[in-house]
Amino acid sequence: MRVALFVTCLADTLAPAAGQATVAVLERLGHEVVFPEEQTCCGQMHANTGYQLQALPLVRRFVHVFGDASFDAVVSPSASCVGMVHEQYPRLCELAGDEELGARVEALAPRVLELSDFLVNRLGVEDVGATFAHRVTYHPTCHGLRGLKLGDAPLRLLRNVRDIELVELPQAESCCGFGGTFAVKNADTSAAMLTDKLRCVLDTGADVCTAGDSSCLLHIGGGLSRARAGVRTLHLAEILASTG
Amino acid sequence: MKKAGFPQAARPELENAQLRRNLRTATQAIRGKRAAAVAELDDWEELRDAGAEIKERTLRHLDVHLEELERQVTAAGGVVHWARDAAEANALVARLVREAGSSEAIKVKSMATDEIGLNEALAEEGIAAWETDLAELIVQLGNDRSSHILVPAIHRNRVEIRDLFARELGEEGLTSDPAELAAAARRHLRERFLSVGVGISGANFAVAETGAICVVESEGNGRMCTTLPHTLITVMGIEKLLPRFDDLGVMLQLLPRSSTGERMNPYTSLWTGVTPGDGPQTFHLVLLDNGRTEALADAHGRQALRCIRCSACLNVCPVYERTGGHAYGNTYPGPIGAILAPQLAGMRDHTSLPWASSLCGACYEVCPVKIDIPSVLVHLRGRIVRETRDAPAGERLSMEALARVLGSRRRYEAAQKAARVAARPLARDGRIERRLPGPLGEWLRFRDLPAPPAQTFREWWRER
Repeated sequence: MRVALFVTCLADTLAPAAGQATVAVLERLGHEVVFPEEQTCCGQMHANTGYQLQALPLVRRFVHVFGDASFDAVVSPSASCVGMVHEQYPRLCELAGDEELGARVEALAPRVLELSDFLVNRLGVEDVGATFAHRVTYHPTCHGLRGLKLGDAPLRLLRNVRDIELVELPQAESCCGFGGTFAVKNADTSAAMLTDKLRCVLDTGADVCTAGDSSCLLHIGGGLSRARAGVRTLHLAEILASTG
Repeated sequence: MKKAGFPQAARPELENAQLRRNLRTATQAIRGKRAAAVAELDDWEELRDAGAEIKERTLRHLDVHLEELERQVTAAGGVVHWARDAAEANALVARLVREAGSSEAIKVKSMATDEIGLNEALAEEGIAAWETDLAELIVQLGNDRSSHILVPAIHRNRVEIRDLFARELGEEGLTSDPAELAAAARRHLRERFLSVGVGISGANFAVAETGAICVVESEGNGRMCTTLPHTLITVMGIEKLLPRFDDLGVMLQLLPRSSTGERMNPYTSLWTGVTPGDGPQTFHLVLLDNGRTEALADAHGRQALRCIRCSACLNVCPVYERTGGHAYGNTYPGPIGAILAPQLAGMRDHTSLPWASSLCGACYEVCPVKIDIPSVLVHLRGRIVRETRDAPAGERLSMEALARVLGSRRRYEAAQKAARVAARPLARDGRIERRLPGPLGEWLRFRDLPAPPAQTFREWWRER
């Protein structure tokens, strides 16, 4: 398959390893990965903060960049940014009264897939040939769990990683408190949520906390780092790319 | 003047260890009960669809159904009144109580009367309104505010309640055993039930085709108030309507399982107008707008008016679980409050509430009438940014600047490089942890930030 990588602005700038690992996994499975360099940001931060009108040009840009018919799929290491395309783009087009854009979004969205969704549900692959000899706990991000309804797709992939010791995260389904600009606009409440998440992560005794969104990992990882907890965060793709 | 916004109001609540414990225990218990009660039904999703559809259809033709309700209630011997806002409704109820020859009223737990501040308004007119729901009584005796739709005293634990009863009801020597506390409340309430001639209630549902009013509760105290007094006054938001009696069949399955995690509601009271020789002989129905018509004009936001006040969204909300209800600064806390309160206020108040959510989506998942709360939150954020001046000016400027940067590959890549350079003096050992002003500083109060790596993804891609 010819797969376009939608890396997200956050991974591009702050967590390039998640993007590199996504490329590695897809190429290992024999797919052609292309990276359309005109991509910037899907507009989620603007839309979620109330600046929908400012997000619209970014919607147009996304549709233009990824609308290329030669892409069999547009794959992203972020449930949150994929969810933006699926859930919010149609409403933004409605708000703008742009039916033509709406039709293009409708045509494109089914091809825009989160990494684990693409691997497990589209390709039917659960063993990507990874080896990772660490104690790992998995945090299902809200947009993956309740938005895209990824179910156990990420866990199926992790269970097939060789030498991994996977430990269940207590209260896994609770939000880590990131929520985009929520983390800075309601920093105290966000921190209270984060503290509870960190306690659960630490209770597992894991060396690594993983998830399918670099944004939530930035939050959880930032908390672990501030607490000098000695627990790393790694994107799911990084574990799947690891060969030991 | 506007009240302090949610971020400020949340701070003292977050530091209240007793409150945090009470909320954690209570919300997690109700959450588990709800999940179990819902899991028993194979057709739960179909019920939710039916509930959403009934409510949505009703809201679209609300005018027609309301007039039908008025006709039916009047035909059954009731008197229907219309109140545009809180002041009109309060003045009306005060007049009706006085006309009934009373200076007291006993009350069924009701969100609508809390919304309009009826008790306080009646007190100013020299009318004492006695709350009879146990939790509302606790709130009233403590001169406190409700912090949960279903469990108004969720922020209080048993020991606090025992102390309150000892102080306010003169009940010395009580233990914190729930049965003993309930018995103390009963001694206090019995007297009122048997002596006060006016009852005031809200309504969970009203059936347009028959004129029936429905109140659901767990204690039976509500039924005392709707049956013992000679005069009954019901204050009901105009969106509480159902077109047909059969619609109750859906709602009465959805509501108890979502709110208390019970299969069936313990006390479901239904009455239609007045019945000679049985129950109140005078019945007044006050139909309250108070911002609802204005909310109806918003095609996306109006789904908030489907709400049946089950409070399932509060119990699963990670924000509510930590801040409690008072931080929301109005009658309706939690996720539903965050979309209802600003709309009922015509977007002129409570405008910080739509941001009081991480958009985690837990509320939408449990809502029995499928209100897409996260999507309405985002929608209302947009309205507040576009229609009011309540968004911080600095935020607006930086969002616009950032949109320009992200609108061009050249500017975006230049900004990536600039961020890397700017971060260099701030970072130590690959992380930024120092105090800075602005939004970045808010992040850094509680979390470190990794320094931008030496290469962006795209730089790596070009080089590989």
